[in-house]
Amino acid sequence: MRSPNHMTMRWNRKDLLGLRELSAEEIGFVLETTDAFKQVGTREIKKVPALRGRTLVNFFVEPSTRTRTSFELAAFRLSADVINISASTSSLTKGETLKDTARNLEALHADILVLRHSSAGAPQFLAQRLKSSVINAGDGAHEHPTQGLLDIYTIREKRGKIAGLNVAIVGDILFSRVARSNIFGLTKLGANVTLVGPSTLVPREFEKLGVKVSYKIDDVLPQADVVNLLRIQHERQRKEYFPGIGEYTTLFGLTKERAKLLKPECLVMHPGPINRGVEIDSEVADGLQSVILDQVTNGLAVRMAVLYLCGGIST
Amino acid sequence: MQMKDDHKNISRTQPATSAPTPIMDADAIRRALRRIAHEIIEQNADLKSVILAGIPLRGIEIARRLGEFIREVSKVDIETGTIDVAMHRDDVGTRAELPVVHASKLPLPLEGRTVIIVDDVLFTGRTARAALDAIGSFGRPARIQLAALVDRGHRELPIRADYVGKNLPTATREQIQVRLQQVDNEPDGVWLFKE
Repeated sequence: MRSPNHMTMRWNRKDLLGLRELSAEEIGFVLETTDAFKQVGTREIKKVPALRGRTLVNFFVEPSTRTRTSFELAAFRLSADVINISASTSSLTKGETLKDTARNLEALHADILVLRHSSAGAPQFLAQRLKSSVINAGDGAHEHPTQGLLDIYTIREKRGKIAGLNVAIVGDILFSRVARSNIFGLTKLGANVTLVGPSTLVPREFEKLGVKVSYKIDDVLPQADVVNLLRIQHERQRKEYFPGIGEYTTLFGLTKERAKLLKPECLVMHPGPINRGVEIDSEVADGLQSVILDQVTNGLAVRMAVLYLCGGIST
Repeated sequence: MQMKDDHKNISRTQPATSAPTPIMDADAIRRALRRIAHEIIEQNADLKSVILAGIPLRGIEIARRLGEFIREVSKVDIETGTIDVAMHRDDVGTRAELPVVHASKLPLPLEGRTVIIVDDVLFTGRTARAALDAIGSFGRPARIQLAALVDRGHRELPIRADYVGKNLPTATREQIQVRLQQVDNEPDGVWLFKE
């Protein structure tokens, strides 16, 4: 049985905007709750009535398949009703402001708003103005809290702990909301985080967040307990950040040869979508150390937990 | 010191205003559970098909103790499990405090088995209803029974227990507090609080 200490914790957030504002205790509570919801996925009937009668709006102003599908399935498994709105189908294209669109959604009694937006801070802007729960599904280069939580959950599941582990996050840190959420969450739970990548994409300023910065991946890999590879976000970059894909792969890609530097128990992670042959070789992505598909499975359970906690409280 | 898991009876989490009346001590709890164990043996010819499914937190401990008594008497190792009810409740979103969810764990498959739901206090019956719903998502057992250490009355649903440690008529405003050493780190006991 679990320690009763966790049971005394209260969750009183209607919104999940980022991991920066969560305490280590709150993150631990979400992980415990995720254990319970992961179990639901193993049942004959993978659906519970926890959010029956509630309506969730998936409002994705920026493209996404994996995260939107994951939230949608999580909501279905909690018996909530789901509406999907993307930028192209919303009235944003007709000049309606974000706030007005959201207020209209609320007038339709949407209880939970899952928002992906290209502007950092958009979820917070709406959370302060709406009674509905607002869940950040990625805002600009700011945060992607459910991705951070599912990465942390997967590490904890495979390694039994977070504290003391050496976690290397490799790639496009500057433009990555996944990196930020991971950094905030992992450092709070006591992991040693090292950021690796070209100096244009991994500025020294990140050291202020309590992490190490390295420009030599071959020095970092042998100590790592976890390597989290980030996708090169072509869509966010201008040419000057980056000499070329081939050079990136040579200097920072987790190639088959480079993977030999890893400890046998080191986990290889990737938030997807993978650019095979760029940041990671196919042999490594599909290899024994890879937990990339576990991340997807755990993402569903994490999102069920987050929707239950934020959407279940009385507002 | 009050646990937050008491979603079954929200009044129990409020501070009591008068001295508690002791209802059962450790010895009385032991006798009651031993009697229930005998009744389970009597009612279930095929003991090996029985699963004791405890509702967190104290139901899990009571199920464990019942399993031990049954083993002492009949030499049969009864399988036990945990059945979470929080995500099957009918009042999510209407309460200020969200019930904590726990991972359920039942030996599978349930087909042909007898699942006995085990809880500390039977009150409105809503927790038992949620447990029935939860068990249904794992499969279709041959039968489901209900055991409670204390039945305090005030049912709001057509549910009754098959095995009861103590029937205790109460007023709605009164509170029942169960303490078990292994869960609460306090001596075993059942108390009645009057407001």
